Amino acid sequence: MYSTHREVQSRIKYLSGKQISMDHTRETEEEALLNDIASMLAVFEKERANLIPIVQMIQERHHYLSASALQMVAKYLGVSGCEVYGVATFYNQFRFYPPGKHRIRVCLGTACHLRGGDIILENFERKLGIKEAETTADREFSIDRVACVGCCALAPVAIIDDTVHGHMAPSKVEGLILGFEIEKQREERGKQHGESKQ
Amino acid sequence: MNQNSKEKLNGVFASIKAEAHRRFKQMKGDDRHNIFIGMATCGLASGAMEVKAAFEEALSEAKVNAHIIPVGCLGHCYAEPLVIIDKPGSPPILYYDMTPGKARLLVKAFLEEGDPVFEHVLGAMEENDMIPSVLEFPRFSREKKIVMANSGVIDPEDVYQYIEKGGYWALVKALTLAPEEIIEEIIESGLRGRGGAGFLTGLKWRLVRDAREEDKIIICNADEGDPGAYMDRALLESNPHQVIEGIAIAAYAAGARRAIIYVRAEYPLAVKMIKNAIDQSKEIGLLGKGILGTNFDLDISVFQGSGAFVCGEETALIQSIQGKRGMPQPRPPYPSQRGLWGKPTVVNNVKSMASIPPIIENGARWFRGIGTAKTPGTAIFSVVGNILHAGLVEIPMGVTLRALIFDICGGIPNQKKFKAVQIGGPSGGCLPETFLDTQIDFDSLTEAGAMMGSGGMVVMDEDACMVDVARYFLDFTQKESCGKCTFCRVGTKHLLDILERITRGEGREGDIALLEDLSLDIKEGSLCGLGKTAPNPVLTTVKYFRDEYEAHVREKRCPSMMCRALIAYYIDLEACARGCDACVGSCPTESIFTTEDRKKAIDQTSCVRCGECMTSCPPEYNAVRKVSPPALAPKIERPREG
Repeated sequence: MYSTHREVQSRIKYLSGKQISMDHTRETEEEALLNDIASMLAVFEKERANLIPIVQMIQERHHYLSASALQMVAKYLGVSGCEVYGVATFYNQFRFYPPGKHRIRVCLGTACHLRGGDIILENFERKLGIKEAETTADREFSIDRVACVGCCALAPVAIIDDTVHGHMAPSKVEGLILGFEIEKQREERGKQHGESKQ
Repeated sequence: MNQNSKEKLNGVFASIKAEAHRRFKQMKGDDRHNIFIGMATCGLASGAMEVKAAFEEALSEAKVNAHIIPVGCLGHCYAEPLVIIDKPGSPPILYYDMTPGKARLLVKAFLEEGDPVFEHVLGAMEENDMIPSVLEFPRFSREKKIVMANSGVIDPEDVYQYIEKGGYWALVKALTLAPEEIIEEIIESGLRGRGGAGFLTGLKWRLVRDAREEDKIIICNADEGDPGAYMDRALLESNPHQVIEGIAIAAYAAGARRAIIYVRAEYPLAVKMIKNAIDQSKEIGLLGKGILGTNFDLDISVFQGSGAFVCGEETALIQSIQGKRGMPQPRPPYPSQRGLWGKPTVVNNVKSMASIPPIIENGARWFRGIGTAKTPGTAIFSVVGNILHAGLVEIPMGVTLRALIFDICGGIPNQKKFKAVQIGGPSGGCLPETFLDTQIDFDSLTEAGAMMGSGGMVVMDEDACMVDVARYFLDFTQKESCGKCTFCRVGTKHLLDILERITRGEGREGDIALLEDLSLDIKEGSLCGLGKTAPNPVLTTVKYFRDEYEAHVREKRCPSMMCRALIAYYIDLEACARGCDACVGSCPTESIFTTEDRKKAIDQTSCVRCGECMTSCPPEYNAVRKVSPPALAPKIERPREG
């Protein structure tokens, strides 16, 4: 289901392939992705009931459903592309754009809301310059909101990659992002160092 | 299906039971220590993994012989990570708020030197002369655990631990009875569907059993979508076998040979646990073909739901399994007549399924002795929000809200006052203080304007804004509306728009009446439970907290100072310490500047009202003030650069 009008628009734009420029790396990435999906599809019987398990498989392996992947599923099951798209967009589990290297998920369950989960979300959005359900241009970070991860006693909660951070505060947001940035810089310096040695 | 001979069944089960007992003896019998670590999602989130690693390391360093047994959730989320240490010669002791450091300390002090380190003890798990027992605390003693009895004390990945605790005995007993006898017993017990609607479980089974179609299906509904409830997940993660046993009994009684467990894919650990449990039961002949040597076959599969609140509704859930958008269908035909793939289908909630084995084992009369006459049994709530002992609580039906919130869960922290309790998640309502003596059961709660629903319970203190709470839930249901009925699709959007307007301080005269009218229309014009109940948070808050709505609309003021558009923070220059800049670094938008006499002030134009400065201001100054409406904050200009 769509969260906002803006999201619908971005999805439509994305599906028509206009939003993301198809440079060379993306093309090869997409090709590898489709090859992988094609090999996995054979496991499933060509039954309509397998639609959701199939898209779940794609989501699990590649973390998003690209337009061409959805087309491929439609062709395999012998249903129309819009049918597949309609089912996939109905459920919250699926995303339609590649996630960032670091996935930030902010809990907006009831307990987190009462303790200011929206302020935490807003801080991530401001810090990274993207909105929820978006990925930064360098594909380092993506932000999503999730409903209750079940540790309400730690509210407000954010999950970054696989680590749950409880009792979040705006200043913690700064610290976490800074931590990732420092780590990245260190990595790059290490790389440069390695190159210069050679 | 004929009744099976008691002797033969008991004989087959006896060998399984013996194996379970042998393993238990092996675990208990030697003088090794047993360390139980709560490793359900909430435990893991609080760091149970690190605690486990610390125990392992410390044990191997000290060369102490001990078993580490990962267990599920005890329901005491406020004290996670929880660890129970069972040392020979001492009662099992429960430790709370565990850290890797405490783990190392306990290995050295308790396991090696025999000092239980009292300051970290929550209590002993059984009565003894040494250490006060947790059973003396109301959070333990006033609970009545039927569904969650074994959660948090057995390893969910080991079928034999469940069997040793008496598991699968009810299935053996059920298989010696005629299906009709079982249905009779379940109807007699008065068990009502724990998914929220409260339909008699046994009656559902009978309808399916009596349907003419041969092929029947059981669906166990674990599509828990309420953003504040997680008991279904905790149950599947902590004791999946009790659910499987219930499903098997249901299938035998209703004449089904196929069952599907519908779990949210967002619960990866629950999915893993239930799949593993199915495989284990199959391996030892408790599922699959010819269960325990009888001619009863049952195949259980897991379907992963993809996250849609509306799929908790049974017809939508069935659509979803068939690979479609989860949109509810008109009833009749009911799933018991024409359900999944057109076959007669029983759809029962996880908690209903898990209630079955204890009923079969102890009888309908025993079950009727718990809870109230109209709603026997227990209720599980996830009590969260502004509450001291948050977590999962299983209580007999009929306990009052006051007893649950203040006696069992410890009341409101930080000396704040109780304001309201929201029961039943997005479909439920907010009840004020005057309703605290309401009994908890399906009918009393519905009468009060809330509902049992999912069992989510959010306690709110005086700082919670009721208009904002209504807005929060509407924001949720509006997104989750499947779009089939116009009143739900468009109506909830309008409700949300009006509520957003009010919380932004743009409320108009007549908005409150409009909210009420629209709410009633949505209830009337919607097909399924989602639309019929979506306006409940609005209706109850308008009814019980009308003054708050009026303050928002007329005075543009948020009495609880929660709606961020209606508040402002400012720094009291009298209290602010010259030269202190604790708040400056905490501000995410650099809105705090230094005034001409070297005190601090907030630039209202760029302030996002997150409240960080208030938290970071040292308590000895306590200079940050919060006001509503924002015009009350004094205006201080930022001095020009240079």
